Amino acid sequence: MQADAARLAYRGRTASIGFAHGHFVRFNAGASGKRAAGSLREEAEAFRNAVHAASRQIADLAGAAGGEAAQILEFQVALLEDEEFLDPVFALIDDGVAADAAFSRIIDEQMADYNSAPDEYLQARSSDLADLRDRVLRILSGGGESRSLSIPQGAVVCADDLPPSRFLEIDWSGGGGLALLRGSPTSHVAMLARARGIPMVVQLGSVSNASVALLDGEGATLELDPSVEQIGLFERRREVHRKNRASARAILRRPTASWRGERIRLLINIQRVEDLEHADAQYADGIGLMRSEFLLDGTLPDEETQYQAYDAVLRWADQRPVTIRTFDAGGDKPVSGFTPEGEANPFLGLRGLRLCLSRPDIFTIQLRALARAAVHGNLKVMFPMVTEPRELEAARKLFAEAVRSLQADGVAAMLPELGIMVEVPAAAMAIADFKAAFFSIGSNDLAQYVLACDRSNGALASLMDPLHPAVIELIARTAEYGRRSGRAVSLCGDMASDPRCIPALLDCGLRELSVNASALAQIKQTIDRLSSGGSGG
Amino acid sequence: MDMDMLETSKVNGEAFTGMVQLIHAVGMHARPAVKLTKLAKRFQSHIAIRVEGAADWINAKSVAKVMAMRAAHGSMIEIKALGADAEAAVAALVDLVAADFPETGH
Repeated sequence: MQADAARLAYRGRTASIGFAHGHFVRFNAGASGKRAAGSLREEAEAFRNAVHAASRQIADLAGAAGGEAAQILEFQVALLEDEEFLDPVFALIDDGVAADAAFSRIIDEQMADYNSAPDEYLQARSSDLADLRDRVLRILSGGGESRSLSIPQGAVVCADDLPPSRFLEIDWSGGGGLALLRGSPTSHVAMLARARGIPMVVQLGSVSNASVALLDGEGATLELDPSVEQIGLFERRREVHRKNRASARAILRRPTASWRGERIRLLINIQRVEDLEHADAQYADGIGLMRSEFLLDGTLPDEETQYQAYDAVLRWADQRPVTIRTFDAGGDKPVSGFTPEGEANPFLGLRGLRLCLSRPDIFTIQLRALARAAVHGNLKVMFPMVTEPRELEAARKLFAEAVRSLQADGVAAMLPELGIMVEVPAAAMAIADFKAAFFSIGSNDLAQYVLACDRSNGALASLMDPLHPAVIELIARTAEYGRRSGRAVSLCGDMASDPRCIPALLDCGLRELSVNASALAQIKQTIDRLSSGGSGG
Repeated sequence: MDMDMLETSKVNGEAFTGMVQLIHAVGMHARPAVKLTKLAKRFQSHIAIRVEGAADWINAKSVAKVMAMRAAHGSMIEIKALGADAEAAVAALVDLVAADFPETGH
């Protein structure tokens, strides 16, 4: 997107694909004002009644919505029926705390616990708790029946975060979209939006106020009070998207993608083992990136747990290649007991392979699990955030020692092919110094480091252009070196899942891309178009 | 409910134990936790679970506690029950987890 054309354009993360053009409505999901507390007995009674009323409201919502929405709300109903969850609230009320304050305190403690988990899935559940808290507080403050929200049909609703039950109270029958300043693509509300076909973009940071909005769930952009030109471009993207959907499904089923007679390998990125359940995953040529740090679920997993997870993915892939990235913790992915605390600049700190090499006790467990899994499939292992060749060699040495030690104990193990992520500019520029079997370009971090732009900072969205000539130059050099030296080079950042970047990536000489499973059909179609002379869309 | 009473068996019937691996892809999260607690509540027995070797046993009928347990994919879940229908309770819960929380039984 051009910065001059986009006066008020924001970029977030895609949670649900689709397009919405409508009124921009700010929505405050918070609870209402104060209430006067009664006696101990009245407070306990008020709370008991509020729990019953909330249960009934949620059950009604679930009944009306059905299907997946009902299952999602079941968790809230179960909490309201959970004595162990409610007892501490009654205990606080007995101590003289008002019903609303008591309930907030207990829920907030639970939310803090969920939010402290490094697991995005568990963090996303904290919005279900906020939803439940706000509903009970509304009832306690006399807001009784759940009001039907006065949001015009087809509006782009903007909120900090939106709980699932509030989503269900909005009338989406006339379309519309959801723009969240925080939120998560794995939240329950994102699942609901996808199921309803409502476009949704999350993690927009902060946005200004406006009366009209364009929400593009594909490009993850929000444009406010757009110019006539912006609207024209938006409507064209929407039309292209509509036409593409049907033909993309057909193209996905073709065995391979090719461009100018050369085969293009399309692999998928996975975050969790469950990502393999995506309907399109089966059409991938393999797994280009498995983010192993998802295993760091609050605790450091032991060798057996890790082995089981890696083995499950290799079994799914059968003979297709699987590239597992060793723990990429640190930066914006802290893990307690592993990553350092109090770094002034964690993105330039002890993260990725740097961190693993500083903790050989933890790293060796992962390498042993990988060495055992390597026996069962086409495994490749890559190291993230590598600056110097000696880091790769140090990791290789640890890996070889792990294999030797396992074999000495009679355990089947082997050293897989080893490669590196190319995301530190210095590594991209001195690529020939690395004795790696393959390279995988991590374009998100590479662009962030080359452009000196924090990619989570919405204020820098217009500068954060992955197609900047400097970024493209480093990608092209890496691809060219791979071609000359006979080493595979792939790209696994968000660029690979963005149709607008595909022509540039193919021109750079890349022939292997790793994308999110949900983008596989569209990228395969984009390549097909380019191959038959189209402009890529 | 006091989980310690499970340690001292023969209070009211015999204690039964079971062990099962959590194969659910995302671990013990919202939907599995709701299913597990719903099933546990169908039994009169006191039922406690924990991730193998964890310090604390938690009440299998509390969805909040089961979620907070944060059992990860691949972990081993220990189940123990005490009461008149303890044996059936352990068997049913082991089946539920082993079958990866099937979409039935309502």
